[in-house]
Amino acid sequence: MRLSSKDYEEGLKKGKLLGLKCLDCGAVTCPPLATCRKCGSSRLEGTELSGRGELMTFTVIRVPPEGMEGPYAVCLVKTEEGPWVMGRLEVPEGAGQEILGRRVRLSGAHVWSDKYSAGERVSPVFSLE
Amino acid sequence: MREVAVIGIGHTKFGRWENKTAVELFSEAAQQAMEDAGVEGKEIEALFVGSALGDFGEGQAMIPVHCRANLGLGPIPSTRFEGACASSTVAVRDAWMWVASGAYDLVLVGGTERVLPMGTPLATRTFAMAMHSVYEVPAGLTFPGVFALVARLYSRIYGLPLERLREQMACVSIQNHRHGARNPLAQFYGKYENLKVEEVLNSRMVCDPLTLLDCCPFTDGAAALILCAGERAREYTDTPVYILGTGQGTGGPMALYEEELVKPPSRVFSARMAFKQAGLEPKDIQVLELHDCFTIAEIVALEAMGFFPEGKAGEAVEEGQTEIGGRLPTNMSGGLMGKGHPIGATGASQVCMIVQQLRGEAPKGNQVDPVPERGMVDTMGGAYGTLCHIILGRKG
Repeated sequence: MRLSSKDYEEGLKKGKLLGLKCLDCGAVTCPPLATCRKCGSSRLEGTELSGRGELMTFTVIRVPPEGMEGPYAVCLVKTEEGPWVMGRLEVPEGAGQEILGRRVRLSGAHVWSDKYSAGERVSPVFSLE
Repeated sequence: MREVAVIGIGHTKFGRWENKTAVELFSEAAQQAMEDAGVEGKEIEALFVGSALGDFGEGQAMIPVHCRANLGLGPIPSTRFEGACASSTVAVRDAWMWVASGAYDLVLVGGTERVLPMGTPLATRTFAMAMHSVYEVPAGLTFPGVFALVARLYSRIYGLPLERLREQMACVSIQNHRHGARNPLAQFYGKYENLKVEEVLNSRMVCDPLTLLDCCPFTDGAAALILCAGERAREYTDTPVYILGTGQGTGGPMALYEEELVKPPSRVFSARMAFKQAGLEPKDIQVLELHDCFTIAEIVALEAMGFFPEGKAGEAVEEGQTEIGGRLPTNMSGGLMGKGHPIGATGASQVCMIVQQLRGEAPKGNQVDPVPERGMVDTMGGAYGTLCHIILGRKG
């Protein structure tokens, strides 16, 4: 089973967090790679993650790159199934270190493109539960 | 493999260069290095140049080709190295290998970059290109963003309150800016000699918890070195500095590191490779130039290379252990923070600064005394994507 980065992005637009489950060690890889993130096997099958997890870290970007408007928050989430996923975070202004460890869920998709992005790109958006 | 020595160094002033191209900057550094070594252009057998963003900074790809022509070297192999901020450290490592292997006796290696012509928004966009173009960039991750995420995670994993960690990070900024203020080649020469913790904490927020003074600046500049077969080094100089060991490691998207974001495997792997090759341990290093792109990055680097225990490097910096007289004088040139960070030139600059230290030629106030025997360079490209280490010594 091959799940492309485009398949991952199309899944996000439908509210789904798609990944791969390893047929050898059982680990889940998300977003998709050509091999299992734990054992390196290429025997993988498609799977849908719950979209829930724990907020590991975040930051509010106040100096954005060309083509984006700040401020916005970026985060790393440890999913219930194990892999960490990067996305946007919907977070109240002024939130600090105290929200680390909170439960989060997939709540949307952030669609963006610029002249270097090779077309439309989609990122997960997470919200505090 | 044969011994390899650095027999000449050259380094432009780091800062804003409005009237010179990256090719001209490299040529200036290269001519200094050739003069320092007493080597003529026709003796150079190959050219290795780190250049990360020339395509965007000036619309200039194939920078080594134009450096070769500008310098009037023969039609010798001239190769570009791209590993983001570690571009020219990787160039030095490969140049070392070609000489160590016996293929060449004398090569020119270095790096060059002009970042400032891009302006902050485009520079921020192009720096981010070292991250994953689907899984990271579209979420809006920037380079300061990478280390803001690392800082919060570090605080949580080691149970160090963020306010305490930020004070320790401020000490990194204060120390490196102090060294930069004393280095005539540094972007912030004569500035920021006496920063206070409050000034770092209260400067403009870039992405929390990193303020502007937690970040290195955008910089133009170049640095170059002449590498020579060890057995011929004394034909050219009385003060050869030998490459004792090198290492290189590779990472990937941030999410794959998980908790190891605070102790990246790519850096642990690369540093161990360099120590093993040199037959040395962290305690043997007497002066260090490391990749302080952001204050928290210095703390993580000191721990991952094995110089201080996990969660404790910030405290060590605060106590002065990375200053002259401490256990390991670090970033005595000012580092990326005080000296500046012209991406493709940074690694070669770090090697030049260690060679200066081992020759006893560092600026007053920054020279470690007595003159150190052994020094080390640590450079990181991307979010721990490319790690490269070079260990240097006065004795081969």
